[in-house]
Amino acid sequence: MQPLELSAIDLVAAVANGDLTAVECTQAALDRIAALDPGTNAFLHVDQASALAAAEAVDAKRAAGKPLGPLAGLPVGVKDALCTRDMPTTCASKMLEGYQPPYDADTVARLRAADAVIIGKTNMDEFAMGASNENSAFGPVRNPWDATRATGGSSGGSAACVAASMSTVSIGSDTGGSIRQPAGLCGVTGLKPTYGRVSRRGLVAFASSLDQIGPMAHSAADCGLVLETIAGHDPLDSTSLDEMVPSYTQMLEEPLAGIRIGRVPAHFGEGLDPEVAAAVEEGFRVLEAAGATIHDIDLPHAKYGVATYYLIAPSEASSNLARYDGVHYGHRTSEPCRSDAFDSPLVEMYCRSRAEGFGPEVKRRIMLGTYALSAGYYDAYYKRALQVRRLIRQDYLDAFAKVDLIGGPVSATPAFPLGEKTDDPLAMYLLDLYTVTTNLAGVCGISFPCGFTGSGLPIGYQLQAPALAEPLLLRAADRFQRLTEWHRRRPPSA
Amino acid sequence: MPEPTDNAAPYTTVIGLEVHVQLLTKTKLFCSCENRFGAPPNTLTCPVCLGLPGSLPVMNREAFRLAVRAATALDCTIAEFTKWDRKNYFYPDLPKGYQVSQFDLPFSEHGQLEAIDPKGAFEPRMVRILRVHLEEDAGKSMHDESAGTADSRIDLNRTGTPLLEIVSEPDLRSPAEARCWLGELRLLLVYLGVSDCNMQEGSLRVDANVNLHIPKADGSLAKTPIVEIKNMNSFRSVERALTYEVVRQYEEWQATGKELGSAPKQTRGWDDAAGITRGQRHKEESSDYRYFPEPDLVPVTLTVDEIAAIREGMPESPRALRKRLEETWKIPAYDADVLVGQGRALVEYFETLARLVDDGKVASNWMQQDVLRTLNEQGIAIDAFPVAAAGLADVIGRVKKGDFDTSRGREIFAEMIASGRSAEEVVAAMGIAAVGDDELMALCRELVEANPKIVADVQSGKQQAAGGLIGQAKKKNPNVNPGQVRGLCLKIIGELPAP
Repeated sequence: MQPLELSAIDLVAAVANGDLTAVECTQAALDRIAALDPGTNAFLHVDQASALAAAEAVDAKRAAGKPLGPLAGLPVGVKDALCTRDMPTTCASKMLEGYQPPYDADTVARLRAADAVIIGKTNMDEFAMGASNENSAFGPVRNPWDATRATGGSSGGSAACVAASMSTVSIGSDTGGSIRQPAGLCGVTGLKPTYGRVSRRGLVAFASSLDQIGPMAHSAADCGLVLETIAGHDPLDSTSLDEMVPSYTQMLEEPLAGIRIGRVPAHFGEGLDPEVAAAVEEGFRVLEAAGATIHDIDLPHAKYGVATYYLIAPSEASSNLARYDGVHYGHRTSEPCRSDAFDSPLVEMYCRSRAEGFGPEVKRRIMLGTYALSAGYYDAYYKRALQVRRLIRQDYLDAFAKVDLIGGPVSATPAFPLGEKTDDPLAMYLLDLYTVTTNLAGVCGISFPCGFTGSGLPIGYQLQAPALAEPLLLRAADRFQRLTEWHRRRPPSA
Repeated sequence: MPEPTDNAAPYTTVIGLEVHVQLLTKTKLFCSCENRFGAPPNTLTCPVCLGLPGSLPVMNREAFRLAVRAATALDCTIAEFTKWDRKNYFYPDLPKGYQVSQFDLPFSEHGQLEAIDPKGAFEPRMVRILRVHLEEDAGKSMHDESAGTADSRIDLNRTGTPLLEIVSEPDLRSPAEARCWLGELRLLLVYLGVSDCNMQEGSLRVDANVNLHIPKADGSLAKTPIVEIKNMNSFRSVERALTYEVVRQYEEWQATGKELGSAPKQTRGWDDAAGITRGQRHKEESSDYRYFPEPDLVPVTLTVDEIAAIREGMPESPRALRKRLEETWKIPAYDADVLVGQGRALVEYFETLARLVDDGKVASNWMQQDVLRTLNEQGIAIDAFPVAAAGLADVIGRVKKGDFDTSRGREIFAEMIASGRSAEEVVAAMGIAAVGDDELMALCRELVEANPKIVADVQSGKQQAAGGLIGQAKKKNPNVNPGQVRGLCLKIIGELPAP
């Protein structure tokens, strides 16, 4: 039995039955990482010894007849934006190179408590800012379907490690599409839960009002399995929802008959790659075949989504990233800081440390956000963006009064060549076109493969659902996957 | 237009105060670290107050409750909806690079607190309060400027301590008023149990804004640029700094004619040793804090009923307490002010005493002269005072009964304080016994006979000469009551044939 060919649900069952040991699963993942990751760069940190130790502990538990956690033996790659007390947490930034937090993120703690095995920390765009995973201070991730192409981002490492079966599932974070877009470009399934469904405690903040942790896997059912563990109220995150966590994997059987799915005609306008458009339209047919009905709807303010997002997210980021100042932890310049060109040695230390520690995209967003929040500009930019955000939220409420789910593309094109957009920040920002409104509205969304291009690149399909409608969202995606084989395809290298 | 308070000064002084008060909570505002002064540096910290990546704040409801209590006592309107904002600035003792504070929707606004001088040096002054909001304190930077190393050390124990910011309107008209108002504010907050208001430990900090309104020859008003004074670490420093600044501003106006608007607001630091204010660097003032709503916290809501319940549960304010003591115990305003100024426990002692001796003024006199002096000398609070109110009432009762005079009573009380013994025991130990009437009469006759000079003086109208007889009587028998001796002696002399 090849552990990494199994779904998460089957792997956990096999470990529980004794058909596989956690050590076998972990070793398989570690071997595969050793073989493939030099070419992929999905992981920033892999600690063989501690992963095997965690796996041995699971096996010992089983041998002792103790009950196993619901994710016992499951290899998980965790995005390097989540704090781990036994591994570095760098956010793929030079600023936090070598930084090791004194605590586990809530999600990490829940995974450990469920007996999952954390294989390593996955690569990402620096501080989760990017849509190609080329903004990593430690090199881009290469798409397992075509090593000359990007994985998308910012959770590119988490998408690639699942796509290449270096781990069974992974954890990403999604601020404007950072789980769904790389999932789409890498041919895996990625879920952005409702804002507040998964605790943000220990997720290094990019944009606090938009950030949400979620699972990535080969299937919606596997995403549901992981969500059952990581979702739930955290009294130490004030924005965490105090709502019961359903058994998502037990709620997949009901057919889709009568489910209304919205289709936004504006999604199929200029800029959408014809192959993508065709595959997504075919996706609607699949859902229709499953019993759903398709209805054209309008999200009138969605066209302002990217502009709104690129005011709110950088504004929050400019504040969230102020703490990386070289004083208490993280990168501090080694320059002597005694020049007369700065107001004071302290200011020089701040400027040099931040100039050296942050990459260009992070600096760009800090500047954008600082500008948008400045006296005299606040009303025209940040405040206006908040107003538009409310309109977008209202659009979703209105839409979800008419339909149960909204379907459509995840991104306008399949995976693009590395370097193609790195000199054009605006083109890069437009990659978030179909995904940012989900975050602005605080609802949930999922991306899964719905076809391949002629050249063999995966195409993603996105479904969005109202707040806390993850059971329906997962059920619809799972139903799609029962009727299609796209999610079973593996890249040629794998 | 504000009225001048000092008729001699050719200007009106306009002062507004900004007071920061640390709340007396067990834990910090957004984490469960202990809120305590004096621990070794950086021992009361966690990922949240250290601002480590990924950490999130959770509001301490007790801090919010104390804050609402304080604002209610300050007559503020309490908001049913309030939110948190981030105030962004870089400083090494601010580990997140922003302070969680309140910007456009503070939890309370529009209050008032009166400054009253018990000695009547100025008319009572009602000072409006613009707003009271809650925020987190920053850490402490300690700059070592010795030995040319210029090392700075940072202690983050204070980071995240709940801090109340109270901003007054510019309604104060003199440095003395400012000091008095601060005293009233501190007393109120201590009575509420909201803060210990210890300026030495930094749990109460004051910044003052001051300028002058100067009538010009053409009838218009010149307003001097507003100066914010910082770095005052006692109420006395506040008064001194303001007094200095008022004179400095007037002189500067005379020299430069600069008015509000033609020069930016200036920040000046008070140098207590030198007794002057010094201008601080202009750059530090022109910050843009880029306030925006704190996305990591949810807004706080209070219902009308909850606000009403807090109002119901308010203890008696110092002001109301003073008034009640004056009315109930018929004591002067000055006495009430001194008693209330010592805190609620001392007032309770006084009221017990006054009830037992059934005389507010006598009780107050003993409190002011004997109890307070001892507390000051020994540097203790009333709860550590060795004699209970009943013990003191026993002494006063014996004085009233005429067992001994007040000064003897004070000696006995002093001995009770020193030894911890009861009045009964001290009286016995000191050999104090009531002097019989016959014994006293015999003593007085003896003294009158032995002092013809004094008798002659009294007869010639100098009644105060009888004091010499009292002194002699006390030497012969320390238990005699001076009043009785004096009365008897005068009576005997009066019965003598005229010279």
